[in-house]
Amino acid sequence: MVRVTRRYAFAASHRLHAPQLGPEENQRIYGKCNNPFGHGHNYVLEVSVRGPVDVETGRAVDLTLLDQLVQRVVLEPFDHRHLNTQVAEFASLVPTTENVALVAERRLREQWPAGWPRLEKIRIAETERNIFEVDGCSQNESR
Amino acid sequence: MLITRKVEFSASHVCALPRLTAEENRRLYGEAANPHGHGHNYVIEVTLDGQPDPVTGMVIDLKELKEILNREVVDPMDHRLLNREVPPFDRVVPTVENLAIEIWRRLEAPLSGGPGRLHRVRVYETPDLFADYFGE
Repeated sequence: MVRVTRRYAFAASHRLHAPQLGPEENQRIYGKCNNPFGHGHNYVLEVSVRGPVDVETGRAVDLTLLDQLVQRVVLEPFDHRHLNTQVAEFASLVPTTENVALVAERRLREQWPAGWPRLEKIRIAETERNIFEVDGCSQNESR
Repeated sequence: MLITRKVEFSASHVCALPRLTAEENRRLYGEAANPHGHGHNYVIEVTLDGQPDPVTGMVIDLKELKEILNREVVDPMDHRLLNREVPPFDRVVPTVENLAIEIWRRLEAPLSGGPGRLHRVRVYETPDLFADYFGE
């Protein structure tokens, strides 16, 4: 079994604000990320799959098809968007990078073709200093 | 404790199966199927699992590890066409997955019996694609 990891990038804006909390509380929890007009990041997304290497092709995953899936379900909908207003899940969910990772993982898992190697992990770096990982089999508990 | 040493080499390869047409190979391997070959700066991370020696404070002598990596991996592969000059890639497609497995295979014997157990071989073909092999 080999784990293959592919790295992608998207740029998006977000604002961290929990409507259940007051302005001061939001400011205290999210700091600058609570600024009303939002701000952006160059997100780096890594998708790891694990499976046996095909004896003939030498591949554990068809990278062309993986790229197409990630492009369709994550990159196109997220890239150069305002996550809060343009990505459906974040209408009622704070787009922290924890939640962005869970949403991306769920989107991939829901579209993951039968027979593909296992989606093992996804990892999103919001900046070089803030990095979030979720298991591919994690149940999305965010609401 | 895990300890990782990184080495690099540059090599060229072609990813294609002889029984497939040029178009099918291109579908399967993308630009890597170009029959003239192309190259990468491969980055290899080798991770060992072990405990620091109570006297030296080291899991393994890193000079020794570097010599093994150079002898078994870098010297035979650096500035080579993998398909022609580095067995088994004359008959096995030199994908990043197969490189990770082959590098593990080359390191397993020289590192066995030593202070650190081989834990992982990671091969970066580019910063955007890498494979991890854990020996099984």
